[in-house]
Amino acid sequence: MALLSTLKEVGNYFREIYQGVASLVNGMKVTGKYFVKPSTIVTQKYPENRAELKMFGNFKGELILIHDENNHHRCNVCNTCARRCPNGSIEVIAKKVVGADGRTKKILDQYIYHLDTCTFCGLCVPACDENALKFDNTFEHAVFDKSKLVKVLNKPGSSSITTNE
Amino acid sequence: MEETLMDLDLKEREEYVINMGPQHPSTHGVLRFETCLQGEKVKWIRPHCGYIHRGIEKMSESLTYPQLVHLTDRMDYLSAHINNEAVALCVENAMGVQVSDRVKYIRTILAELNRIASHQLWWSAFGMDLGALTTFFYGLRDREKILDIFEESTGSRLLQSFITPGGLMADVHPNFQKRTREFITYFRKKLPEYDQLLTGNVIFQERTKGIGYMSLEDAINYGVTGPSGRGSGFHCDIRKIAPYSAYPLVKFNEVTYTQGDTYHRYLVRMREMWESLDIIDQLIDNIPQGPIMLELKAIKPPKGEFYQRVETARGELGVYIVSDGGPTPARIRYRTPNFSNLFIINKIAAEHKIADLVAISGSLDLVIPDIDR
Amino acid sequence: MYDFGPLVNSITSWLDTTFSPFWAGLISMVLLGLVLLAFYAVLGLYLVYAERKICARMQNRLGPNRVGPGGVFQTIADLIKLLMKELIFIRNADSFLFNIAPFIVIVASIMAIGSIPFAKGLQAIDLNIGVLYILAISSMGVIGVLIAGWASNSKYSVIGAMRSGAQVISYELSVGLALLCIIAYAGSMQFSEIIASQEDGWWIFKGHIPAWIAFVIYLVAGTAETNRGPFDLAEAESELTAGFHTEYSGIKFAFFFLAEYMNMFIIAAIATTLFLGGWLPFHIWHFDAFNKVMDYIPPVFWFFGKTAFVIYLMMWFKWTFPRLRIDQLLALEWKYLLPINLMNLILISFLILMQWHF
Repeated sequence: MALLSTLKEVGNYFREIYQGVASLVNGMKVTGKYFVKPSTIVTQKYPENRAELKMFGNFKGELILIHDENNHHRCNVCNTCARRCPNGSIEVIAKKVVGADGRTKKILDQYIYHLDTCTFCGLCVPACDENALKFDNTFEHAVFDKSKLVKVLNKPGSSSITTNE
Repeated sequence: MEETLMDLDLKEREEYVINMGPQHPSTHGVLRFETCLQGEKVKWIRPHCGYIHRGIEKMSESLTYPQLVHLTDRMDYLSAHINNEAVALCVENAMGVQVSDRVKYIRTILAELNRIASHQLWWSAFGMDLGALTTFFYGLRDREKILDIFEESTGSRLLQSFITPGGLMADVHPNFQKRTREFITYFRKKLPEYDQLLTGNVIFQERTKGIGYMSLEDAINYGVTGPSGRGSGFHCDIRKIAPYSAYPLVKFNEVTYTQGDTYHRYLVRMREMWESLDIIDQLIDNIPQGPIMLELKAIKPPKGEFYQRVETARGELGVYIVSDGGPTPARIRYRTPNFSNLFIINKIAAEHKIADLVAISGSLDLVIPDIDR
Repeated sequence: MYDFGPLVNSITSWLDTTFSPFWAGLISMVLLGLVLLAFYAVLGLYLVYAERKICARMQNRLGPNRVGPGGVFQTIADLIKLLMKELIFIRNADSFLFNIAPFIVIVASIMAIGSIPFAKGLQAIDLNIGVLYILAISSMGVIGVLIAGWASNSKYSVIGAMRSGAQVISYELSVGLALLCIIAYAGSMQFSEIIASQEDGWWIFKGHIPAWIAFVIYLVAGTAETNRGPFDLAEAESELTAGFHTEYSGIKFAFFFLAEYMNMFIIAAIATTLFLGGWLPFHIWHFDAFNKVMDYIPPVFWFFGKTAFVIYLMMWFKWTFPRLRIDQLLALEWKYLLPINLMNLILISFLILMQWHF
């Protein structure tokens, strides 16, 4: 009896070794399979593939004020976007001008966007009733000077469609 | 240098204190384990948190409900959708409104995708904690597919802020269903590979089986929820016990084991990935039509106190809102899963080796910003 | 064919005739030292590069691809970076021991390179106890590791160093016993004679199953000896940040790093020499045309090809398996490898006694 149980233990000892080695070989099969299949490489060569690199249309890169071909934007200085922004990343600075009809009007002077404090929550875009804002797909925002991340979104010389009407 | 009483005491017992963290490869963030060792053996662990405390709860008091949603992304950044959903559900319940079925379906699909992505990253990091570096890249490789789905629909990969009180920020992309289908077929092929590489491995099993035993009583006493608690047989899946969104409509199993060791906490997550795939599989083809945002005049819950809990990838997330009827909460409090899950570590990792401490803390799947908020 | 003996002999005889014996000896020593050092540095760097490329392929990545075509100069750029980095002096560290430790580690591995036969005649010194010499020298590296851990005055370093000590001392036994199997077959410890005994077939083929067992045990124990792969407890990056070299920076860190790779090369080179026929070409019995073709491939290629194969196996282990725990590591040695090894040795002695091997 004692001999039998000893034999059993010896058998277990070798079975353990066999099962252990088999499981290790099984794992090595996975890495080995990928080693011989270079087609499975998922790395993208980033700066080289800039030309064909396409971001998804919805990607929230940075906020822009939409300008049409006549350099018109649609901001009517209602300030809703700035109020909806949780971090105060948007400042809408208005200026008063006297229009052709002699009435003073508030028009956009500077639309300042702080990219450095923006958390890309996306609340500003649906907040705009005029659909004047959208997120652009650019993503290369790295700069050496933090002040460069404070951007003026209305292009120089641009005017609002709503004020021209 | 004058020796303190504590030092003398430690010397007599041949013990020494070592700080794992706040900068340490295995704490996955700025968590600090003050660990007392005797040789290789861990005598006790004192977790210190607070290194990434940002005061999210206090900040939220000055933000409107749609605004404060984006801060919840930054708590458990691996379950961003689920955190958003928790706040959204709490506010919606407070206001007594119901979102459309379409929103419910999409929220559930996004939450389950998020859960898979989170478990993939956990699997990657857990393998790395144990020294198998290749798992990290396989997990991240497959996680990219989910992040692509997120990016196409929500515009962000990690911190989406997509689910908002009243519905969703936007409708999902037309490709959403197709891509999700593709992912399900793709990942069902890859999951067995995970098992082949790591689960079956004899070294892995030796390292995890019987290590860090957590009894059911301990799990309940410490409030350990999520996969970590379910590994000890604690039926704590909020999706089952208090279903929300589209969970009442789907069939899935709550994965529980009674063994309560590191290996079974691991198995819970591996099987949860299968279950999540099944849930998505049931929903993805039947998304009904409907509005994606409720027409609400103002998001102002009535005066009172409201609580909503959801199941994140790490356990039970509770949102407690005290409203004074205004557009901002008077007080908001999050019951985050990781805070409760962390403090059991002294109980389950003491008297183990230092390598086991790494394995155990990996098996609890801690996300540090969620602990500190 | 391809015998480097005459070339080496003509150089030495030229030196002997031109200079006095003292200067001839000195010049040949310096020449050899320079050649070995250059070889050591270049090979070390390219092993690092090879490892990074191989693990990248296993992990669905490209690996280094920026510096030079396919990233071949990446490790050289890294070396330049490490050379220029500040050598941080640790307060309260034992500065003498702290500074000398990386040199002990690297000198041990350079010394071992000296007796490795790369091809016929291409061997710095053919000691009659070559195997014993390499075993003795390569285990000296652990002294450097222990000193590094102790002198750093850091708890992580001490834990790493103590683990390394326990590990290398235990696995030294298995390495020695596995090599003893082949020494018993070959009947010599001299590398040239061991290779000569494999003219008619490599020991891994001639030695029946015991040779295979010895080879596997040697691979496992050898991987453990170099603190690599699933046995990298001394570094245990996720537990001890970097183990014994946590506090080292710049070129001192590079010495540890380089020594690890060269130790891997040495382990692989010994495996090649003892089990896989060293620089001998691959022959199939009674297949003369094939054997002729094989003979045309220079022995240096055979040697490095076989070594590369063994190194690849070790890298494959490292990038697949999780790390063992310290008690499991010791249990593997004392409960599995050592008893099997001893039984294997008895079996081999019996085979030799009965003249059953080819």
